[in-house]
Amino acid sequence: MANPAGTAPASALPAAWSSQPLLMIEGLTVDFSGVQVIRGIDLTVARGASLGIVGESGSGKSVTWLAALGLLPRTATVSGSIRLDGEELRGAAATRLDRIRGGRVAMIFQDPSSALNPVIRIGRQVGEVLARHQGVSGSSIRAQTKRLFDLVGLPDAARRFDAYPHELSGGQNQRVMIAMALAGKPDVLVADEPTTALDATIQAQILDLLTTIRRERGMALVLISHDLGVVSETCERIMVMYGGRVVETAPSDSIFANPRHPYTQGLLAALPPFEGALQRLIPIEGQVPEPANMPPGCPFAPRCPQRMAVCEVAIPPLAQTEAGRFSACIAGPAKEAQQPLKLSTKVPA
Amino acid sequence: MTANILELHGISRSYSTRQGLFARKMPVHAVDEVSLSLQQGQTLALVGESGSGKSTTGRIALGLERPNGGHVLFRGSELPPVDTPAWRRMRTQMQMIYQDPLAALDRRLSILDQVREPLDVHDIASASERNIKALAMLDAVGLNASHASSLPHQLSGGQRQRAVLARALIMQPALLVCDEPVSALDVSIQAQVVNLLMDLQKDLRLSLLFISHDLKVVRQVSQRMAVMYLGRIVEYGETNLLLSNPTHPYTRALVSAVPVAGRRTRERIILKGEPPNPADRPTGCAFHPRCPVVRPECMSVSPTFSTLPDGRSVACHAVDAAQPTKEVGI
Repeated sequence: MANPAGTAPASALPAAWSSQPLLMIEGLTVDFSGVQVIRGIDLTVARGASLGIVGESGSGKSVTWLAALGLLPRTATVSGSIRLDGEELRGAAATRLDRIRGGRVAMIFQDPSSALNPVIRIGRQVGEVLARHQGVSGSSIRAQTKRLFDLVGLPDAARRFDAYPHELSGGQNQRVMIAMALAGKPDVLVADEPTTALDATIQAQILDLLTTIRRERGMALVLISHDLGVVSETCERIMVMYGGRVVETAPSDSIFANPRHPYTQGLLAALPPFEGALQRLIPIEGQVPEPANMPPGCPFAPRCPQRMAVCEVAIPPLAQTEAGRFSACIAGPAKEAQQPLKLSTKVPA
Repeated sequence: MTANILELHGISRSYSTRQGLFARKMPVHAVDEVSLSLQQGQTLALVGESGSGKSTTGRIALGLERPNGGHVLFRGSELPPVDTPAWRRMRTQMQMIYQDPLAALDRRLSILDQVREPLDVHDIASASERNIKALAMLDAVGLNASHASSLPHQLSGGQRQRAVLARALIMQPALLVCDEPVSALDVSIQAQVVNLLMDLQKDLRLSLLFISHDLKVVRQVSQRMAVMYLGRIVEYGETNLLLSNPTHPYTRALVSAVPVAGRRTRERIILKGEPPNPADRPTGCAFHPRCPVVRPECMSVSPTFSTLPDGRSVACHAVDAAQPTKEVGI
C-alpha cells in the first residue's frame, strides 16, 4: 500500500483505503498576493475519525481549513481539490457553501466571545442555525436549543436561552459555540484551538465533551492545536505541519512513542516533560521561516540537526515509512530500521 | 542558610466594583491573606487559573500595587511608599516581565535604545559606556548588533521576549517577577527562553517569582510553588512534591488536567462546574462547589493551613480529616 506521495493523493489516512472518505483534500495550495502559504496538502478524514493537526504559528494549520471551507478573503488564491462525499467544494456556488458550512461541516474557533454576536441572545444565535440548516421553526426551536445546551453541559439551560454572551464565562461561551456547531448535525467538526483561551481545568472539560460527542454522534473531529498534549489525548491520528506542508502523519500512539520526522522529534524534545528526571530542554534552534522567505528545499532544513546537502535543494515528498505512517524527510528513512524506538540522534550518512 | 529575599506576610487586596450599572459597590477580594517567601537565588512559582490573584500578588510583591492588609519585606525591610526616591532606588533591584513582549516594548524605539533606557533613567555610567553595557546585555540574552538596531516589529516573538529580558536585567536586579513569560511563545521557542532564563538565573544569582498556568514549565523552573484559587493559597510547598503527589483536591485536578503528549499514566479528574467569579466568592472553602470530595463543613467553614510531614501547607478540610494517612479517597 505504498502510495508514491507527492504525485498522488491523500494516502495519508487509513480511511483512504476504504471506498470513500468523508472529506478529502488533494494538492491544496493557498497564495496570498503571490506568497504561497499552503504548499500542497493532501489529507482525508473518514467518518467518525479524529484528526489532530499540530504545528507552530505560521505553519498553515488554520489556513488549510479556512481555505477548505471557502472562508478566506478574495486576496487569497486557492487551488487543489476539496471534496466532501465526492462533491467538489472549491469554486462551489456561495449558496451551496452556505448550506454546507454550519450544516455538514461546522467550525469553532479559539476565542468564543469574539465568534458570538455580543448583542444577540445566545438562544437566538443557536436557534438561527437550527432554523437555517434543520428547518426547525416556532416553539420547537426553543426546545431543541435547550436540548443542545443540555448536551454540551451548559448549566441551567432553560434560563441561559435569554442570556447574552458577556453574561457567560469563556468556557460557557465555548460550550455555546459547540452547541451551535452541533445544531447543524455536522458530519465534520473542525475545532481550531478550541481550548487555548481557557483555563486548564476547563480545557479538560471541553476536550472531554468533544470526545464524548464525537463517539455518540459518529461525527468526525478535526482538532487544530499548537499543543501536542491536547491533540495526543483527543485524536486517534496526528498530522504535523511545518512551513505550509505536512511533514509527518501517523497514529497518535506511535507518533509520540517514535516520531519519525526531525521536526516532530524536535517538538517533542522541546516540550518540558511532566514526569521523570528534570533535564535541560532541547530547543529547536532558529525560527519558523517566513512564507515569503521559504528555503528552496525542505522547509525545516535550516533548523534541522540531521540536515544533509540534498535537503537544501530538494523538497522531500511525504513517503510511507511503515503501515499507516508517512514522513517527509530525506535524511530520516536512511537509517530508520536500525533504531526504531528512541529519539533519533543519528548522524546523516 | 540562605536568606529570604522576598517575604509576603498576610497580604490582601480588594477592589470595589459594581455588578451592574446601578448596583451597589461591592468589594472583590483579588488576594486574600497570602503569605509567601522566596529564597535568594531560587524560583517560586505561583500557579492558578484566571482570576486566582496570581498576577495581583506579583504586582504587590514589586510594590506596583498597594496591599489593603499585610506587608511585603524585600531583603528584610518593608517596601518604601510608591513614587518616593527610596522606592525608585529599590525598584532597580526588582524587575518584572510580562506575557506579551510586543506590548511591553515601545514600537518606535530601537531595541538598543529601550535596553539602555533604564541606565539613562537612573543615570548610571557615561553615555558611551551605556551603549556598551546595553550591547553586552543583549549579547548575554542571545541578540546581536543587528537585532539591537531593529524595531520591535522586526523581531520574532522569542527575540522580543529576549529583548524584554535584557531590559529587565540591565539594572542587575536581585528579584525578577515573570508573569507568564513564555505562554505566548511556540514550543520550540519557549524551550529557548526557558533555558535562557535558567542560565541567567544561575549566572546572576537571580531570584524569580514565576507566575504561570503551565505546570510543565513550572516543574522545569521552580523549586517551590504555591497554588492559588480565588485569591487564596490552597497548597504551598516543594514543586516536585506538589506535582508528583498533589494533596489539595484542586491541585489534584490541575495536575491531572495537564495535557501530556503520549500515553498518560494518570487518570484525568474532570471538575464539574465553571471557574468561580471573584465577585461572587462561595462561602466556606471557595473551591467547595467544584470539589469532588466536598464535606459538609466545607460549605460554611473556611479551611486553615495545616502542615504535612513533608513540609507543605494545605488548606483543606478533607485533607485534615484524612491525616495522617493523607489519602483523599474519591
